[in-house]
Amino acid sequence: MSALLTVTDLRVRFPTRTGVVEAVRGVSFTLGRERLGIVGESGSGKSQTGRAIMGLTPPHAEVTAKTLSFGDIDLISAPPKVRRDLRGKRIAMILQDPKYSLNPVMSIGRQIVETLRRHESVSRSEARERALDMLAAVQIRDPARVFDLYPHEVSGGMGQRAMIAMMLVAGPELLIADEPTSALDVTVQLEVLSILDKLVADRGMGLIFVSHDLRLVSSFCDRVLVMYAGKIVEEIAASDLASAKHPYTQGLLNCMPVIGADRHPLPVLDRKPEWAL
Amino acid sequence: MTTAVSVQNLTVSYDDFKALDAVGVDVAAGESFGLVGESGSGKSTLLRAVAGLAPVTEGTIRVENRQLQGARRDKAFYRSVQMVFQDPYGSLHPRQTVDRQLLEPLAIHGIGDGERRILKALDEVGLGSGFRFRYPHQLSGGQRQRIAIARALILEPSILLLDEPTSALDASVQAEVLNLLEQVRRDRKLTFIMVSHDLGVVTHMCDRLAVMQNGRVVERLSSADLVAGRIGEDYTRNLMVASKGFRRG
Ligand SMILES: Nc1ncnc2c1ncn2[C@@H]1O[C@H](COP(=O)(O)OP(=O)(O)OP(=O)(O)O)[C@@H](O)[C@H]1O
Ligand SMILES: Nc1ncnc2c1ncn2[C@@H]1O[C@H](COP(=O)(O)OP(=O)(O)OP(=O)(O)O)[C@@H](O)[C@H]1O
Ligand SMILES: [Mg+2]
Ligand SMILES: [Mg+2]
Repeated sequence: MSALLTVTDLRVRFPTRTGVVEAVRGVSFTLGRERLGIVGESGSGKSQTGRAIMGLTPPHAEVTAKTLSFGDIDLISAPPKVRRDLRGKRIAMILQDPKYSLNPVMSIGRQIVETLRRHESVSRSEARERALDMLAAVQIRDPARVFDLYPHEVSGGMGQRAMIAMMLVAGPELLIADEPTSALDVTVQLEVLSILDKLVADRGMGLIFVSHDLRLVSSFCDRVLVMYAGKIVEEIAASDLASAKHPYTQGLLNCMPVIGADRHPLPVLDRKPEWAL
Repeated sequence: MTTAVSVQNLTVSYDDFKALDAVGVDVAAGESFGLVGESGSGKSTLLRAVAGLAPVTEGTIRVENRQLQGARRDKAFYRSVQMVFQDPYGSLHPRQTVDRQLLEPLAIHGIGDGERRILKALDEVGLGSGFRFRYPHQLSGGQRQRIAIARALILEPSILLLDEPTSALDASVQAEVLNLLEQVRRDRKLTFIMVSHDLGVVTHMCDRLAVMQNGRVVERLSSADLVAGRIGEDYTRNLMVASKGFRRG
């Protein structure tokens, strides 16, 4: 079976006034129809990896890879039009700052409707129904009210769910979800995850799930990549996360405030320079 | 015991919609108070109302024994009350460097020694001087969040309103930031009101907390009670169950 996504030696560099920032330094992995978690240090290149796959890297940055392919499509050599057509329809990404990634001058509902109508020929009223259903599915309390709100009028977690709804209406084959539930209370979080879970199980969607929440990643994903300073330092079955080998991953597990544990101050990492080699 | 922040019967309305419906919260000076609850339940609105950023239609807000009028907040208010917003992207100026954004509050309040304070503030949130001249869009999500925290701390306020301050941080950086917040609270007798959906974080940082749902406070309890399962409301109990992780099936 050919992989849904193949990434070999992906690199992303930003030239800046004070030198080149190497955000991603040789990331390789393949993704099937599964839930792949990515965890890692703040600034380790998780979002830039996702953006490079989407073709959303800022124009002045340099992206290289030995292979970057979606099914049979070589994303590196694909013309911009091909990538644009893939985006939103077959590959979608839930961005980390959803409220600032949504269009500020268009209501939430209209954005979902337009996304749907761009990819499918449905009537305006059917599109509206489906958008409302999608908002209800992501546990929005009053979909009819929220449909007409603008991004600055919704809460952090509602913005996140609006973006999830917008990315899911088109039924992508590959979904990159960058911290999709970081602003959600835990009960809503689980509801949203079970939607993603069904899409993977029933429709064979491939999911890249970037998250800082180790409990969530270990209970939800199949496999986990751990990133540090632009590289993957460990790959592990999600259920084995607790017995991770790399000292960064072990340190991460130990740093979490745990309900009922009284540890003040929390243990912190002693980051070794060799982790970033 | 003196009260740092007292909110009584607070109602915030957007047209016909009540984002807050007669909410009351009292936070003692030096206390760390948590807000948890449903997404959209009004947690950010409550902090924003204290900061003068939400349309209050009823109720009162007192901060350090001064009753606040309407949405007006004077310079002295922002010297003693600082807020870390839930969306760091929205609260940082897109076309100003990190350096400018940290310098500005100092300049407004006539505080000198900017150079040293900026380097210290960056260091405290785990960002080296290499980030000093970056723009917000040149940072990762967690780096932006840390700049927002550094900016709130640089004025040495006495009350900090923290809206999901570590939600974009990995566990290792989160631990450093939480330790930093606890330390400055101890050293400077700070008062915190902290929103977080992570019950591990809230119970670690806060003595007492309020649980919100649908614009109201549905339960007030101590962290110790929450941890021990001495819980009154089903909703709070559901939160505790859900925080154990995802279960398939
Ligand atoms: N436009 C840019 N110019 C220079 N450096 C950049 C730019 N955009 C991102 N970076 C840097 O690239 C690195 C990787 O960023 P990325 O957003 O991928 O991190 P991340 O792993 O998603 O972190 P977080 O968990 O904090 O969101 C960071 O150190 C960031 O500062
Ligand atoms: N400008 C506005 N116009 C209309 N409704 C608004 C506006 N600002 C906030 N609201 C509504 O107020 C409610 C409470 O929002 P708030 O941001 O306080 O929630 P929250 O508890 O912080 O949620 P989250 O955990 O998702 O951040 C939401 O239903 C939101 O849509
Ligand atoms: Mg990121
Ligand atoms: Mg909020």
